Amino acid sequence: MESLLLKAGGWFTVALLAFAAMATAVDWGFSVHMGLVTVAALLAMWFTISKPDYAALTKGILKMPDSDIYDDEPIRWGVIATVFWGMAGFLAGLYIALQLAYPALNLGLEYTSFGRLRPLHTSAVIFAFGGNALICTSFYVVQRTCRARLAFPALARFVFWGYQLFIVLAATGYLMGITEGREYAEPEWYVDLWLTVVWLSYAAVFIGTILRRNEPHIYVANWFYLSFIITIAMLHVVNNLSMPVSLVGSKSYSAFSGVQDALTQWWYGHNAVGFFLTAGFLAMMYYFVPKQAERPVYSYRLSIIHFWSLIFLYIWAGPHHLLYTALPDWAQTLGMVFSIMLWMPSWGGMINGLMTLNGAWDKIRTDPIIRLMVMALAFYGMSTFEGPMLSVKAVNSLSHYTDWTIGHVHSGALGWNGMITFACLYYLTPRLWQRERLYSLRMVSWHFWLATLGIVLYAASMWVAGIMQGLMWREYGPDGYLVYAFSEVVAAMHPMYLIRATGGLLYLAGACIMTFNIWMTIAGKLRDEKPMTETPYDPAKDRPIVQAAPLPIAAE
Amino acid sequence: MATKILDHKKIERNVTIMAVLALIVVAIGGIVEVAPLFWIDSTVTKVEGVRPYTPLELAGRNIYIREGCYNCHSQMIRPFRDETERYGHYSLAAESMYDHPFQWGSKRTGPDLARVGMRYSDEWHVQHLKDPRSVVPESIMPGYSFLADRDLTFPDPAANLRALSRVGVPYDQKMIDNAEADLKAQADPDADAADLLKRYPKAQVRDFDGDPKRLTEMDALVAYLQMLGTLVDFDSAAAQEQAK
Repeated sequence: MESLLLKAGGWFTVALLAFAAMATAVDWGFSVHMGLVTVAALLAMWFTISKPDYAALTKGILKMPDSDIYDDEPIRWGVIATVFWGMAGFLAGLYIALQLAYPALNLGLEYTSFGRLRPLHTSAVIFAFGGNALICTSFYVVQRTCRARLAFPALARFVFWGYQLFIVLAATGYLMGITEGREYAEPEWYVDLWLTVVWLSYAAVFIGTILRRNEPHIYVANWFYLSFIITIAMLHVVNNLSMPVSLVGSKSYSAFSGVQDALTQWWYGHNAVGFFLTAGFLAMMYYFVPKQAERPVYSYRLSIIHFWSLIFLYIWAGPHHLLYTALPDWAQTLGMVFSIMLWMPSWGGMINGLMTLNGAWDKIRTDPIIRLMVMALAFYGMSTFEGPMLSVKAVNSLSHYTDWTIGHVHSGALGWNGMITFACLYYLTPRLWQRERLYSLRMVSWHFWLATLGIVLYAASMWVAGIMQGLMWREYGPDGYLVYAFSEVVAAMHPMYLIRATGGLLYLAGACIMTFNIWMTIAGKLRDEKPMTETPYDPAKDRPIVQAAPLPIAAE
Repeated sequence: MATKILDHKKIERNVTIMAVLALIVVAIGGIVEVAPLFWIDSTVTKVEGVRPYTPLELAGRNIYIREGCYNCHSQMIRPFRDETERYGHYSLAAESMYDHPFQWGSKRTGPDLARVGMRYSDEWHVQHLKDPRSVVPESIMPGYSFLADRDLTFPDPAANLRALSRVGVPYDQKMIDNAEADLKAQADPDADAADLLKRYPKAQVRDFDGDPKRLTEMDALVAYLQMLGTLVDFDSAAAQEQAK
């Protein structure tokens, strides 16, 4: 009872503080945000007091099963949040892709202009879609591989809801123009502080569960999750050091400037890719691919080698975002060399994942979830080859500042992160809701093909666009003058931007099918459909051939 | 593994060892590659002319950041012939030494802006920001007409300068004390700007948005754009043998 009072009182204090900050805020964006925090804290207080209601409520809304062997409730919420933010992020992406083809879609409003929606898109897909996928799968995997329930169950719920609050604050902030102006680290100082609290709680739940394990060894997927959680904490804290102008205002100035700020930011930015989108997702691969394929991981030794070399090398690759800039040459060269070396551990992971299918390759034909995983690994291999190539200074002199970079990140994000996440969601949903199977496997197949086709259109159009831009910008005529004005290059991009938007539309269509499929699975429905695998069986033919007498073999 | 030191089984049975090792392994790259930039002097060679932003330019820069201009415009000219001919002298590290945060950008959906200052008239900028396609038909930039309608709200410019001085920008006490007055004086053609110019050499003092009666967000943004890349006098550093 006392602890309940303490908790409720704590939330009430947070609500009061936030309300005071709202009332005294120096800019309206900050006051909107503090209003949101007040509401969130009051909600948390209400749920703390009426705890039994929370369980009943979630069971009612989400049709959750009654008993849990493992602590799966936050994971179910995570699955739903992943689908929801994925849809939001893809939709935002499609919209800004169309804005580049038809600028009238900016609508002349500040809230809907490309400059504010683009961070919304990137954060929604990376941190909201990817982040929720990572948190919920890590909670799932760590319990199963440790044979233990989550440590600190209340804290695990705080991590989930606290992370959603972070997403809402970040997203609404971008729309209101609250940004630190550094890519993928746009949230302002107070949102960063909040994320730090949530992230440390996440680390506590995850490590706490590992400490309670009933298995002697820590499974390889957990190495990757662990390094992802630790490294993101380090990157986030260092990169977001900043000086707020006022304690009741949203604006802050980065602690670093110019060259130092640039490299700190890309040290962070590249390793948001390296640890958020690679190490964390490799952890997903290391659990779900062997599970779905029903085969052990290909090589234990390879997993050790590629784990340590991957996390060691990735950190160095940041400067390849700053080649030929005012960054000192030694740092540029280091960044390039390490980026090329990074190719090897990246492919180590891909090989370990793909070769896990040894002896089960036929499943690519029969199991659409395996197909999604294999395609994800193929795209992982493709983009981790393309990355080192783009880091070569000579290539980068052409590709930097162009849409090639955009194509590159999307073959990684849509192909690798998206596909592996979809596969995990399809794996998780029937198990978490204790359903016999997914609503429809054929819809998974449709999703696979729509997504693949979408990525192909996206990547191909951006390759063409990027290389064309690079070449047109540097084209000299026989008279020794530059041939193209910048505006002519912009005009030349129009058809490519249309093809890209079409690719995005296909990808979104696939995700819509997934949303419907998962929805129906949760609702407990099964689609009446022909099974994906059907070895034809005809009892009439299942008999020896009866012949009257052997016939002589006729001459040809 | 032959030696006991390299026995991975020990590491993967103990989450503390694993976490500490992982942290050490991921920290090395940053320590070797990022940290030295803060104490190697040659990272940023001081260049004459570079100064902190005036309060009005700073307000404009904050609008530039707020609207996410960096998503499509770089401010970093690379040392290639086509880039220097298109945009001007390649960017020097010193030119962004007071930029918290840096705005080098990573994508050129629109052109580089590192040296856009004084290339176009104020009228062109205002027209272009209000309706980009009225001056560049191929442009795909969003319109920002609302900037011209909105009074500049830059609450407590002194606090902004103070925050920046805390992270190393050399704003002295006089600059901080006069921040509010300097902000207004720079966009007021009738004001006495002698003090402002003493504090911020090469500051451009005039009405920027074509409406001298009001101080709008457009004034601030255009003031910022018009100073970009104008502080360093590259002619003074031109090769001497070319002079006739």
